[in-house]
Amino acid sequence: MKESVVIIGGGIAGMETAASLLELGYSPILVEQSDHLGGHVASWYRLFPDMTPASEVVASLKSRLDGVTVFLETGIQFINRLRDGYNVMLSNGVSIVAKAVVMATGFKLFEAAKKEEYGYGIYDRVITNRDLEKWFSGIPDERIPSAPWNIGFVHCVGSRDVKAGNTQCSKVCCMTAIKQAIEMKEKFPDAEVYCFYMDLRLFGKKYEDFYISAQKDYGIHFLRGRVSEVSETIDGRLLVKAEDTLSGRPVKINMDLLVLMSGMLCNPAAASIASMVKAGADDSGFLRSRDNVTGVVESERKGLFFAGACTGAKTVPETIAEARSAALSVHNYLRRPR
Amino acid sequence: MIYQGKQKIWSDYQKEIPDDHWFYVRSCIRQSFFPASEAHFVKIVRDLLGKDLYENPHHTTCGGIAYHSDTIPQETAMTIVARQFALMTEAGYKNLVTSCITSFGNYTEILETWREFPELEARIREHLWKACRREFDKPEYVAHASDVIYKLRNEIAERAKFRLVNHETGEPLRIVEHIGCHYSKMFPHKGVGGAEYPCVLSGMAESWGGKVIDYPERRHCCGFGFRQYMVKANRGYSVSNTHKKFESMEPFQPDVIITNCPGCPYFLDRWQYVIAEQTGKTYGKNGYGIPVLTYEELAGLVLGYDPWDLGLQIHQVAIEPLLDKMGVSYDPSKKYLGLDEKEIMKPGLPTVLKCC
Repeated sequence: MKESVVIIGGGIAGMETAASLLELGYSPILVEQSDHLGGHVASWYRLFPDMTPASEVVASLKSRLDGVTVFLETGIQFINRLRDGYNVMLSNGVSIVAKAVVMATGFKLFEAAKKEEYGYGIYDRVITNRDLEKWFSGIPDERIPSAPWNIGFVHCVGSRDVKAGNTQCSKVCCMTAIKQAIEMKEKFPDAEVYCFYMDLRLFGKKYEDFYISAQKDYGIHFLRGRVSEVSETIDGRLLVKAEDTLSGRPVKINMDLLVLMSGMLCNPAAASIASMVKAGADDSGFLRSRDNVTGVVESERKGLFFAGACTGAKTVPETIAEARSAALSVHNYLRRPR
Repeated sequence: MIYQGKQKIWSDYQKEIPDDHWFYVRSCIRQSFFPASEAHFVKIVRDLLGKDLYENPHHTTCGGIAYHSDTIPQETAMTIVARQFALMTEAGYKNLVTSCITSFGNYTEILETWREFPELEARIREHLWKACRREFDKPEYVAHASDVIYKLRNEIAERAKFRLVNHETGEPLRIVEHIGCHYSKMFPHKGVGGAEYPCVLSGMAESWGGKVIDYPERRHCCGFGFRQYMVKANRGYSVSNTHKKFESMEPFQPDVIITNCPGCPYFLDRWQYVIAEQTGKTYGKNGYGIPVLTYEELAGLVLGYDPWDLGLQIHQVAIEPLLDKMGVSYDPSKKYLGLDEKEIMKPGLPTVLKCC
């Protein structure tokens, strides 16, 4: 009989872990709280840097799950540590005994309304990166005007922000902002597009090229400085105040749309599940790896593994690579003589 | 504008405000600028609504202005404040209500500092004992007087003789609300509605029939800013701040501005005269300015007190256009009469700003 492995979370990390474990000869059981697989990526339109359709990535991962037991709309009631493994009780009444459990619980987006000065949920034309992706996917959004003159992107909303309670860099927002800025420029060639940033953290393959192209080919303006406040003008537009730290001047720009790049926080469900087996979390709230250099996918508990953004903000390729690493670590763990 | 979004934020910044038994401390400069405001706060809260409001004539300045002007160290301000607390304790009260926004900020900042650094509180207690042999309990609640009027706004609305409605058209009056910086910008959770979308004044205005305007420079300083005005060389900066606000609110055609700070009504009012003299521009209709009222003055008008008893004639900007819109009757011939209708001097008229 094949060894069962429980994977908690049906986003791209969980799907890739399950698919890889299946290929390694195990019997993965994928548990997802929502009614669909794919997590955040399933609601995204295109992915940087090649503008890959997100739906293709999710479909590709799904196609490899034939043979994986999938429970949708299922939560974790409790997990008990056994002498050599875990007893996982699901909300649908199913109890699973497995020698290894993989946490792939992902992240949640920072609630942009908490940055009150930006006016999300108050002003009609303030949206988030997720709202914009949904609109790109074809879901109508009345907040997005039909012919905007000026469009702004605010980086680091709820990231690297002590007051927001999250000092971590969310890593993907810089590139997402540039990607979305280019997409908006493609849709509205006459619009001026502005990115308000603290630092541009463009570390990945092709990212720098993407940034240069945004400036050279699309004429997107990059202003180094934080937005201080947003307010609404009498004609329903937005007045955005910021500091341009490079020119050393305050700026005020009327915008027709402002997109807030909400950062990544650890999924709060992850901490409660992890606490059932006494696995710890870092100060940032993300789950604590055994070692941040050589054991990122391993927890401090035997048989408990991590994949994807439950340990920190990650890009899609990083998440998939880490999920494969987690599957291999599970494989090595299970075949090790005990 | 998504009104429900503001309501959601307001629900996060609700402040517990006891509705009775207050130790009231007056403001140094409001007693000079708008003395009738404090008098009418007492009239409304104690005499009309029957609340227990106690004042002690031995109350002094809180030291807030000196502290914010860098002329005394915070420890000195703390010892002054400790004495006010001692007066409150000796009178048997636990709820402190301040007339001045800077006092409110000063008391709040000191209590928060003591919470963080209890050894500092112990030292101040020692200073107070050495200075005047007094001891004190810290207040259980510190509120600004506008918090109290906000708390009582519906009781005031029930007794209203006039509403913030244009009595000819039935349209709600357009209200600009301006909170003092020291009300909630230092400690957002200490103010009703927080710092970004405060509702202490807008709550009053809406309860009394008005419509609040959210204009782009709503959060900007009135122009007082302590050093902007107190250092004479900086006064141009003070006017330019006020000018920025008026330019921003002008398209919304406000009928009245209400404030809860000693400095804000003074500067928003007086600088309209200066801007008119400097630029020839006025912001009300037909050469008038936009009237600027304290929240007690506005409550007084709503309750039907005589505008001249409320001291509205000492404002620079003429109040008559607002009175006409609300349908408040007044006798123009009594505008500048003193106590017992005694003839006193009339002010000179500006060349640009229409005042009567």
